[in-house]
Amino acid sequence: MHLQEITQASDFEKALPQLSWQTIQEAIASAREDYETVVGLEVHAQLKTASKAFASEETTYGQMPNTNISVVTLAHPGVLPRVNKKVFNYALRLGLACESEITRENVFARKNYFYPDLPKGYQITQDKTPICVGGKVYIQPKGATEEKAIRLVRIHLEEDAGKSMHIEGERDSFIDLNRAGVPLIEIVSEPDIRQVEEAYAYLTEIRKLVRYLDICDGNMEEGSLRCDVNVSIRKKGVETFGTRVEVKNLNSFSNVKRAMVFEFERQLYYALRGWTFIQETRTFDAPAGKTYALRSKESMNDYRYFPEPDLTPVIVDEHWIAQVQEKMPPLPRELYLKFTKEYSLSPYDAEVLTAEKETALYFEEVCQFTKNYKAAANWVSVNVKGYLNELMLTIDDFPIVPEKIAALINLIDAGKINHNIASKKVYPALLATPNKTALQIVQEENLLLEDNTEELQTLIQTTLAQFPDKVAAYRGGKKGLQGMFMGEIMKKTKGKADAKLVSKMLQEALNQSE
Amino acid sequence: MQITKEILENIAHLARLEFDEGAEKDMLADLNKILDWMEKLNEVNTDEVTPLIHISAERNVLREDEVQPSLSHEKGLLNAPDKDANYFRVPKVIE
Repeated sequence: MHLQEITQASDFEKALPQLSWQTIQEAIASAREDYETVVGLEVHAQLKTASKAFASEETTYGQMPNTNISVVTLAHPGVLPRVNKKVFNYALRLGLACESEITRENVFARKNYFYPDLPKGYQITQDKTPICVGGKVYIQPKGATEEKAIRLVRIHLEEDAGKSMHIEGERDSFIDLNRAGVPLIEIVSEPDIRQVEEAYAYLTEIRKLVRYLDICDGNMEEGSLRCDVNVSIRKKGVETFGTRVEVKNLNSFSNVKRAMVFEFERQLYYALRGWTFIQETRTFDAPAGKTYALRSKESMNDYRYFPEPDLTPVIVDEHWIAQVQEKMPPLPRELYLKFTKEYSLSPYDAEVLTAEKETALYFEEVCQFTKNYKAAANWVSVNVKGYLNELMLTIDDFPIVPEKIAALINLIDAGKINHNIASKKVYPALLATPNKTALQIVQEENLLLEDNTEELQTLIQTTLAQFPDKVAAYRGGKKGLQGMFMGEIMKKTKGKADAKLVSKMLQEALNQSE
Repeated sequence: MQITKEILENIAHLARLEFDEGAEKDMLADLNKILDWMEKLNEVNTDEVTPLIHISAERNVLREDEVQPSLSHEKGLLNAPDKDANYFRVPKVIE
């Protein structure tokens, strides 16, 4: 159907799979700048517990189907759930990290809906009493000069459902309940996000946070981090929000971006045509890059929440909070600020170093033994990471202790070795024999720089005497010849001289009038 | 509150239950009778009363995060109306 022939929204939705999106983009091009996207994200993070939220079978991903199950998970009659204490500890960690208010009296609720991967017919969740209320996540989108705080509405605990598989050509759907009952936290943001870069930065920050806090592995491919996005648009300068839609089925950061852009364009097209729509749930079709409305009966949210009578309240007191607070690891933002402010690293260096907690902590440790933070940053992000990436190792497997990397840096700074020898000779030797110190290796291999100025002076003079014509040419203006002299001298020192010192002395010698 | 035919149909849909048209009248009457009886409670003034969610006074009935032996795969699938070697099989839930 041609776009002009579509006169109402319902026809548009029907034609959507076939519509050329480029035509839509052209139609809205002139109005694009006048509107903005308003986005709130709902992130589900699977908690890294050994056993499930309300039953004690294991949670390991990738097991044979229906092997991590129990009578509780299968909803056999008469069974009772029991709360895993750790899910509270984990949620508290995130809540404290995000400066949320902690709910003292927690009551679980039943969210009722009928689906075969939910054997009980309800999901145990927190409705009226989410464990964390409010809070914020600080983000710094690429290219932005300042941080922005994305406010949180809430963080609550709930259990995951099982997995349904629908296979083309099969009469039945297949149900695997290994995942049913695995603990989740849902992190709901305020509609504070305006751009795809902000959404990306927010998700990156959440993933970093849950990994630093060691409460979720943050693996999107395995589904341990999932995201729904609420999108509306409004004319710039307008305070009120437009009607929003919820887009589900976003299993990667890039799909979140694509869905945001698509919804902005679709909703803007609606606005220009004067069409309205109701609040609805849409699903993202990744290959097509389009969102489609779920049939209204499917998206009808009538969950009939009521308090879960099988679980008694959980009271979180000051003592419990203090216990969790005591064990809080350093947070990525704290380290980022420390690295940029205290250590004067560039935002880029600080970003690279804080991407993974283990790397950040390793770097932190190196900095306890050297004050040359910039050099430490380079060694960790280039040499150490390079080695790990090549061998596909994590920093826990790295053989050299931070103190020895610091000692290596200090040797360079003291002029005992140059950077070239440090990275080409000492570092590989340290990797091979990590029980030795950098100084031992330098001494054993006789790599100490010849810092004897007198000897160097003689060497420079003999070299200059060797090439009187070149010296004359240099003094006549052919300054490029300095490199040739450098090469000759360094060759004679077998590369062990401090290049900076030699260069300085050479220049002095050459510039001396005859 | 009055249970209407629409509410009845909606509840049935949410629970994926079907009912016999002939039984509709009886069902409406029964459900409304139950609600009328519950209405009785509204005669009591509960302004000053905190809602009671649990009869039990127990708090923080928690377990440590320890894995216990789970139900075996075979036992778990034993009562399933339809299954194969790995999965529960259910009537297809999407088209």
